[in-house]
Amino acid sequence: MAQRELLIERQRSMKRFIMQWEWLLLLIFMMIHVVNSFLSPYYLNFNTFIRTPMTFLDKSFLVLPMTFVIILGNIDISVGSTVALSSVIMATAYNAGVAMPLAMLLCLVVATTCGLINGVLMVKFKELSAVIVTLSTMTIYRGVAYVILEDRAAGNFPNWFSFLGWGSIAGIPFMLIMFVICAVLFGILLHKTTFGRKIFGIGNNKNACIYSGIETNRVLLWVSILTGLMAGFTALFLTSRMGSTRPNVAQGYELEVIAMVVLGGVSTAGGKGKIIGPVLAIFIIGFLSYGLGLVNISAQVLLIIIGMLLIISTMILNIRFKRMKKPRVLQS
Amino acid sequence: MVSDRKNLRFKTENFRELGLLLFIILLSVLIQFRNPTFLTFSNIETLLINASILSILAVGMMMVLIVRGIDLSIGSTIAFSGMISAMTVASYPHIHPLISILQGTLVGSGVGFLIGLLVAKFKVLPIIATLGMMNVVRGFTFLVSKGRWISAYQMSIPFKEIATGRILGMNTLVVIAVVIYSAFYYFINHTRTGRQIYAVGSNPDAAEVSGIPKIRIIWMVYILMGALAGLAGVLWVSRFASAQGDTAVGYEMNVIAACVLGGISISGGSGKVSGLILGAVLFGILNNALPLINVSPFWQQGIQGVVILSAVLINVMVKRTNERQALRRRII
Amino acid sequence: MKKRVLLMSIIIVMIAATLFAAGVQEGAKERHAFVFKNTGNPYGEKQMSGFEDGIVEQGFEAILRAPDLPTAEAQIQIIEQLISQNVTSITITGNDFDALEPVMKNAMAAGITVLSADSAVNPASRKTHINQADSEMIGRTLIRAAFDMAGGSGQIAILSATSQASNQNLWIEWMKKELEDPKYKNIQLVRVAYGDDLRDKSVAETEALLRTYPNLKVIIAPTTVGIAAAGKVITDKNLQGKVFITGLGLPSEMAEYIENGACPYMFLWNPIDVGYLSAYAATAVASGKITGKVGDKFSAGRLGEFVVTQASDGGTEVLLGPPFRFDPSNIAEWKTVY
Repeated sequence: MAQRELLIERQRSMKRFIMQWEWLLLLIFMMIHVVNSFLSPYYLNFNTFIRTPMTFLDKSFLVLPMTFVIILGNIDISVGSTVALSSVIMATAYNAGVAMPLAMLLCLVVATTCGLINGVLMVKFKELSAVIVTLSTMTIYRGVAYVILEDRAAGNFPNWFSFLGWGSIAGIPFMLIMFVICAVLFGILLHKTTFGRKIFGIGNNKNACIYSGIETNRVLLWVSILTGLMAGFTALFLTSRMGSTRPNVAQGYELEVIAMVVLGGVSTAGGKGKIIGPVLAIFIIGFLSYGLGLVNISAQVLLIIIGMLLIISTMILNIRFKRMKKPRVLQS
Repeated sequence: MVSDRKNLRFKTENFRELGLLLFIILLSVLIQFRNPTFLTFSNIETLLINASILSILAVGMMMVLIVRGIDLSIGSTIAFSGMISAMTVASYPHIHPLISILQGTLVGSGVGFLIGLLVAKFKVLPIIATLGMMNVVRGFTFLVSKGRWISAYQMSIPFKEIATGRILGMNTLVVIAVVIYSAFYYFINHTRTGRQIYAVGSNPDAAEVSGIPKIRIIWMVYILMGALAGLAGVLWVSRFASAQGDTAVGYEMNVIAACVLGGISISGGSGKVSGLILGAVLFGILNNALPLINVSPFWQQGIQGVVILSAVLINVMVKRTNERQALRRRII
Repeated sequence: MKKRVLLMSIIIVMIAATLFAAGVQEGAKERHAFVFKNTGNPYGEKQMSGFEDGIVEQGFEAILRAPDLPTAEAQIQIIEQLISQNVTSITITGNDFDALEPVMKNAMAAGITVLSADSAVNPASRKTHINQADSEMIGRTLIRAAFDMAGGSGQIAILSATSQASNQNLWIEWMKKELEDPKYKNIQLVRVAYGDDLRDKSVAETEALLRTYPNLKVIIAPTTVGIAAAGKVITDKNLQGKVFITGLGLPSEMAEYIENGACPYMFLWNPIDVGYLSAYAATAVASGKITGKVGDKFSAGRLGEFVVTQASDGGTEVLLGPPFRFDPSNIAEWKTVY
């Protein structure tokens, strides 16, 4: 009996440790606000708080499905190219006479298809790692975008289209509202549905799941479809913010998104993580970059700061995790 | 029975790369049709020279991938070590080129040492550690160079001849690549430490339990990767006679792609040098041949993606056929 | 319980600190910002230092920004940060002709004066544009140089930056227009290659050009990375005197290749002057002295008087002057400047 009580108590304190990653992120987030306020008198006003999220939210839509992908133990570096391709097709279609709402739908369809292709390739050719599949599709999708638009830009969207990236409802940016809705949906999907549990399971031990009858292929396909769909949303918002598009948009997005996900406490070994982590990480990196930009820190120093932030925060968390790991070994 | 088994082993070992080899041959034939100057001695030499730097990096990345790691910082390390050697040569033009090479290698090893420290000792996930270092080292490259480039006229002739000189009739870069490959082949296949690298990658826990110094091995692997990246930096700067702050941005993806194409598993534990050579050669061919085949430049990226995907898929198909054949033989 | 108390006290301390910080005073000087394409670019550094000189001369404060990657998205972020800081003017070297329009319009709506320099943004996004040299003149001059180097007939090729670069695309358009003149009937433009401003790609493209067109006489590279890469390839293959390079290049990067004959002469302009001129144009528009329409006149310190003229893209521009020619006679003097 005493043994069992010990187990439960250890588990509770273990739960606290698991929670700690997200608490630490919250702490960092608040500290950044303080530091930023000290740095620049322009930081603390309502306009800044409205404007700042809009600068980093467009790629944040990708962070949500990428969390799923990484918990699964995979990776997807083709998201930037999917954004570019769907954006280019939308713009070309609109300029060819297709009605704007239909063009926007086309954007989402193209993006989802790109994600689906990724999923099908990974399912049909299990020998291939996610890296090589998404690496080749990354090149192919952007290549197609280049074939379509070549060296031109495409834009001239109707005026109401800029509302997506620039507009607000009751003072709150539209992008922020949409992002919060998506984050909540993804959070529910991950933590409260069997689909989410399956994702954790596959990430933890894929073979065990296959042998337990979980349809891993279907889960993989759905995650890829979701990734594509969110890339489509990103394309909509990004294109709205720029008012035009070219084949070279959204370059480098994949690494930024992955950085936000891993900073959010999702392990690339798979099987661990909560949605709130990456969401906090998005806001941390976003507000930090913005606040430092308000005092006109040079790009090179910003690079160093963000790099160190990634490394140091993970180091601190690992030291905490070390304390947690020991009891587990002793137990078994 | 014994002779059957011998035949089987011989065939399976070769077949793993046969798909890729066949693909390379097929591709070369197709390119030759488009542009008969492809398979000429001078073009092949150009191809090898351009592929040599990528190959040197692929050797290091192979070791990193085998121990279940990844190194996204090599592009920044190339830029950093290249910039430092170039700046040194600009200020002290009488330095012997071997010293520059040594200097670059040491600078790279320093970066590798730090990464190894983070990954092996502090148990930071390789993707985070190297993503962070990628930013930090790139930032330092910009800071150290103060935004300036080092141009050809500031470099001593011996320094520039590192890349243009010839040893035994072959270009220096190619010779260096060959030497490194031979040394590496011997190291990874015929020394105890080399085999221990495979062990650590295959099953880190088992390796640790059987007395293999896991931390030391992982640390060493990253130092070696850093050293090779540092060397590549000096060679790069000498080859192009110019050192820029934004050299080799994103180059790590090319190196990883070459490794994965060559059959190195991204989840660690397996990979052969022969596969690596083929992967690097395929990449070299792509970079060399894409401008040669006289298609619209806007098609280049798309074609590259299709080629990579086809290479990978054909490799998988060949592997599957081989496995089916092997299975049939065993039953009979 | 303890944890909750700890958390609450941390939050209270932070809010207090934040409110304290809010009382910090603003600076008194007017601030003018310059945004370049990317960081670590010596051409850009010179442009920014020229801008700074011009602004400081007039008694104001200069803010110099550049993103680490040459993308439009990164520049949009920087402009947002500048808007938050209530700067008086923003002069930008655009990474994209159209993509900056929404954010620049936001800046204008916030009362900030907006100009572009070197690499233009579309006329709706700017009050006027500081052009280093007339794009038409650049295109035509380069073709004339190629004609001269080819000896009147032969094959020529163009090695550009990325396929999306607006400056290069504009110059290439004018080059093609110049080639329509019957004087060039024996000159054949065989290819426009894109080196993406990457050393290794530019080298690979140059090597491919030389291999595919063995009778190639001249390569025009209107981009600093491309022309230096082409120069290196010609030098390595000992083709000086058989194949010629010209275009737009940094004197420091091209010194070696001008001196060894791979490049008989090339063109550029002084980026320091471009920045300096932008500084005076920005303050002139910001203070209301001019509005950026055709015919406006303003004085630009040591550079003298300038007039706003019609630009070929529908907006207005201020021309610095004709492109400057670098050849063996003056390269030694300029290679250390930039």
